[in-house]
Amino acid sequence: MIGTGSIGRRLTLLLAGVAALLSVLSWWMVTGLAREAAERTQDNVLAASATTIAETLRSEQGEVRLELPYSAFSMLGAIGEDRVFYQVMAGDKLLTGYDDLPALSDTPAPGQIAFDTGEFSGEAVRMASVSRLVLAGTQPIPVKVTVAQTRNGVGTISEDLSRLAALLSVAFFVIAVVLSAIAARTSLRPLNEIAAAVSRRGPSDLRPLHRNAPTELAPLMSSLNRLMERLGQSIRRSEDFIAEAAHRVRTPLATVRAQAEIALRSVEDESEKQRLRQIIRAVDESSRSAGQLLDHATVTYRADDLARVPVDLSELAKQTAGGLEPTASMKDIRLRLFTVYAQVAGDPVLLENALRNVLDNAIKYSPEETDVTLRITTSGTEARIAVSDEGPGLGEGPAQALTERFRRGSNTQGIVGSGLGLTIAEDVLSAHGGRLELKSAEGGTGACVALVLPLS
Amino acid sequence: MRRACLAVVLTLWATLAAALDVEDHRHYPGTSDATLRILSTADLDVFEPYLLEFQSTRPALSIDYTVVSSAELYTAIEGGADFDLALSSAMDLQFRLANDGRALSYRSDRTEALPDWARWRNLIFAFTSEPAVVVLSTDRFKGLEIPTTRQDLITLLRENPESFGGAVGTYDVRDSGLGYLFATQEARSTDAYWRLSEVMGRLDPQLYCCSGQMIDDVAEGRLALAYNVLGSYAAERIARDSGGRVQILRMQDFANVMLRTAIIPKTSDRPEDAGAMIDMLATLGLREERGDWPLPPLRPSGTADTTGFGPIRLGPALMVYLDPLNRRAFLTEWEAAMEQR
Repeated sequence: MIGTGSIGRRLTLLLAGVAALLSVLSWWMVTGLAREAAERTQDNVLAASATTIAETLRSEQGEVRLELPYSAFSMLGAIGEDRVFYQVMAGDKLLTGYDDLPALSDTPAPGQIAFDTGEFSGEAVRMASVSRLVLAGTQPIPVKVTVAQTRNGVGTISEDLSRLAALLSVAFFVIAVVLSAIAARTSLRPLNEIAAAVSRRGPSDLRPLHRNAPTELAPLMSSLNRLMERLGQSIRRSEDFIAEAAHRVRTPLATVRAQAEIALRSVEDESEKQRLRQIIRAVDESSRSAGQLLDHATVTYRADDLARVPVDLSELAKQTAGGLEPTASMKDIRLRLFTVYAQVAGDPVLLENALRNVLDNAIKYSPEETDVTLRITTSGTEARIAVSDEGPGLGEGPAQALTERFRRGSNTQGIVGSGLGLTIAEDVLSAHGGRLELKSAEGGTGACVALVLPLS
Repeated sequence: MRRACLAVVLTLWATLAAALDVEDHRHYPGTSDATLRILSTADLDVFEPYLLEFQSTRPALSIDYTVVSSAELYTAIEGGADFDLALSSAMDLQFRLANDGRALSYRSDRTEALPDWARWRNLIFAFTSEPAVVVLSTDRFKGLEIPTTRQDLITLLRENPESFGGAVGTYDVRDSGLGYLFATQEARSTDAYWRLSEVMGRLDPQLYCCSGQMIDDVAEGRLALAYNVLGSYAAERIARDSGGRVQILRMQDFANVMLRTAIIPKTSDRPEDAGAMIDMLATLGLREERGDWPLPPLRPSGTADTTGFGPIRLGPALMVYLDPLNRRAFLTEWEAAMEQR
């Protein structure tokens, strides 16, 4: 399975990306608004200052007079440490203030306030100008009051707010990332729950899943259920096929063997008898191999859904040995059993299968007129069934490799075999949580195969 | 032609020099030619310890110290006179110089340590805070109640014209920049100022240019009281001749506190040395104890400043009374009150 990245991580990254974008956007907007607000505040203060000055304009003895109110300038100190300039013009004549203050681009109408930005004394200044008509002598003179201020305070205020906004944006982003991770995990929880429910099931539990799933997961659920249904059908077909194959192969083989036996008794010619004996032996081997193949298949399927019933190993050993007694006696091999009561939990069919294959192997590879010993011992939490023979042993090479499927020992030439016996035993034991131990018999030739199982 | 040019230059220089009405001047030679030229309103005997202290840290530097009135100082710096440091008690004029771009910006750890109200835009730095006080002669106040508020003082002056006739002194605000600052700030802050001026005007007030002479006259009994005297000078005089004949009084209803400020003029050739001097003054301004220094720190400890009046604020509002129209209006009113002969 090739991983294409986690949906959770991708979702988190996506949400974090959106949050980052929104954070930057909000910082940018707040910065712009802060600048705007600070500038408007300055405009308002400048307008108030100019208006306050203009309100003191009066006419005395035909001359325009005014008095700069203290508040007009003290209010300008509120924004920040900014330089202040002012100018009062009566018509074209400078009444007071800085005569070289730049003129505003548009002259305010009487009673109106005009704003402009310019440069004075080496710094950018914001100017507010208010105009009033003052009756001096016989005719009204337009008097223009201009108040100008540098913009450091505005810059400082908006920078401070911008920095604050940046801090808040970062905090917002961090919170958003944490929430994104939580949201991603929460929205993926149904998926994980379904996955956990599926993996908790036994290997042969192919019932359809009935869970409350979000709408988005419904197609996945129904596909999964359909797949399991098909899989179940396929497994049932395989089991049927195995049963059918076992039946179909074994029955004709038994018929052939019986016919060959009859023929053997009826012919006189020694060479024909020899040929018939070979036929019988080949049929026996085929039957045995087919039996083992079917055993292997049975083990594979039954081990997937292992039954756990109490099994007495001594009883099992007696039955199995009893079943093999005819085979052994054909070679004058004595089966010696030393058993103690040992109970394990497991599938008696499979355990019998495993033990039969091991015993069968021992008998097969033993020379005539020897002993095959089966000894059951318990130690702590384990039961051990040791089967030792006086045969040629396990040969060269690593003993454990003999449990691989269709692998046979290096010293088995001349003896017919499928190479499945130990594989079956190994599969059964590992399904039961046990193990198969292979070693040479103590004190001389022969192999010792031990089936180790946990006691129940 | 060249001679003519030279003559013109010489004449101009002479005019400039003549234009500067120098009250006092002293040169403190260092081991090199480098000279820090300071223009100040503080008298030499007050400021000499600071200069010597500074020179002890920079022995190579010569110091040229010129004392002028605050108005002279403003005119000189405004006209681009060649000085490295300008120290003045007239906050409004100093502020206007800074506002009009006549000052160089300076920034250091020491100036950053100053409170916000003691600096403006890193152009102007306060290093002392000195209150306006009333100085009175204990001899001439025998049998009279010592006033604590302006209202008390008005009543006292009104009821005892024979004791105070010709014996009340104050600044001539037309000449003294500091006197004008105190007067305008007081007129702005309290209504009692104009009533007090009216009462003083009827008593044939003596007008002075400087605090020093006023205190001398009080000490010698020529004046019964001097109004709006710079507290630091008065304290210094009392410390010198503690005969007990002079008493310092801080009005309880309201007291102006002036900040003595420093700026580095744009024409300065030695802004680093001037900055170092400002650093030293700022450090001394922030000292906890008054010590032996003639001028008080920014936050006077002990008895002073329990009234809670802050110093006059460094800000654009200081320029209001410098406006020619406002000044003319204020002086007209002041003259009407003070000169009722």
